[in-house]
Amino acid sequence: MQTNTVAPLSNSRRFVLTRLHSLAGLIPLGLFLIQHLMGNALAILGSEKYDEHIQFMLNLPFLLLLEIGFIAIPLLFHAIYGIYLSFISKPNAHVYKYKRNISFLLQRVTGIITFIFVIYHVWALRISPVISGNEINHQVVGEHLANPVMMIFYMAGVLSTTYHFTNGISTALITWGLTIGPSSQKTVRNLCFGLFIILTVLGLGSLISFVS
Amino acid sequence: MGAAVDIKLKIKRKDSSDSSFYWEEFNIPFRKNMNVISALMEIQKNPVNANGEKVRSVAWEYNCLEEVCGACSMRINGKVRQACSTLVDRLEQPIHLEPMETFPVEKDLVVNRDRMFSALKKIKGWIPIDGTYALGAGPLISSDVQQEAYKYSTCMTCGCCLDACPNVNSSLPFIGPQALGQTKYFNMHPTGAQQKNDRLSVMIGEEGLANCGNSQNCVQVCPKEIPLTTAIAELNKDANRFALWSWLKR
Repeated sequence: MQTNTVAPLSNSRRFVLTRLHSLAGLIPLGLFLIQHLMGNALAILGSEKYDEHIQFMLNLPFLLLLEIGFIAIPLLFHAIYGIYLSFISKPNAHVYKYKRNISFLLQRVTGIITFIFVIYHVWALRISPVISGNEINHQVVGEHLANPVMMIFYMAGVLSTTYHFTNGISTALITWGLTIGPSSQKTVRNLCFGLFIILTVLGLGSLISFVS
Repeated sequence: MGAAVDIKLKIKRKDSSDSSFYWEEFNIPFRKNMNVISALMEIQKNPVNANGEKVRSVAWEYNCLEEVCGACSMRINGKVRQACSTLVDRLEQPIHLEPMETFPVEKDLVVNRDRMFSALKKIKGWIPIDGTYALGAGPLISSDVQQEAYKYSTCMTCGCCLDACPNVNSSLPFIGPQALGQTKYFNMHPTGAQQKNDRLSVMIGEEGLANCGNSQNCVQVCPKEIPLTTAIAELNKDANRFALWSWLKR
């Protein structure tokens, strides 16, 4: 007999995927992004500090496992599911010019730019040097960024990554049911904008320091 | 006042549910305090388009004329709102009127809003009070909770929130913000809460919360100013727990 209180079975695949998508962006990818931007910022302090950091990272135990489990898998899942989410929505920020709605569009645009940037970046500075056996150091990165077109590409990549991450934090707090009311959501949005500025300055500053 | 001013209307029309859209222009005389409904009534009185041709008069829906029934929702200059509470002299001309194309368009500005009513059935949008014996008085509800619930009770199923939502479209199974607001409304009622898990299982299903992209247009366009995004965030909290606990209990 069916009663009022027995919950019918429902297919919650989509629900679970969106929560994992949010979690993947926040924990592994978000933490790695902060670590990566901080590590690169050592370039501002000079090439020695930077090269020291690269050696430290390359000498981490179980590096391949960490890179695959902590970065590659969450990244591919987050990116592929995110692209799916981007293309099934019908952005209407040209009609409804509300702040959150514009962020909704930007989140999808920056997600796609970030993915293109990350694929190239990982290939150029991680996978290809491993294959060819070339060492990565301050000088190599500096030469990589010496081309102004490449520099602009990297700047755009950093900008869209930091926007995507910080805007993502503010919506993730809604997805996880922490910021419930409009006022707390606004406060978090402002804090996230502050974080966006900090991470962007850090990222762009590091990039410029490689060529100056 | 001087000579009669003309109001220019540009209306997106459709002769039947299976024919295609076309735009038609109308010029109508202006009256003080005219709203979009009274402008459409002018066309009804004298269905002649801007080229002077006699045409079929424009079809649209309306009932209450005071923003409580939700029947006259349409896109006015691109944005969805109630035609009855939209004053003509505050709009840029020509005034563009379009049906809410998120819904199946039946004729001109008339749409079929059935999906919202079936959504209410899916989420069990009612309080169960029927039994085989007298159930007695329900539990008391504090005035704070009553005040909060009142906002959600004003939902008039007008469809503005669905029409403005970028994630209510043909490629997504989304049930829409209206049903989410009503889920929160019936879940917060002490008797309605008996079916909380039924409603939450819709929330974690294919049509549920997973489809929300946090564009928050729903709360911006709601003519009744229902805190839909607050409802969504609270449901996120409840649904996350519900999903996790029901998985752990399996």
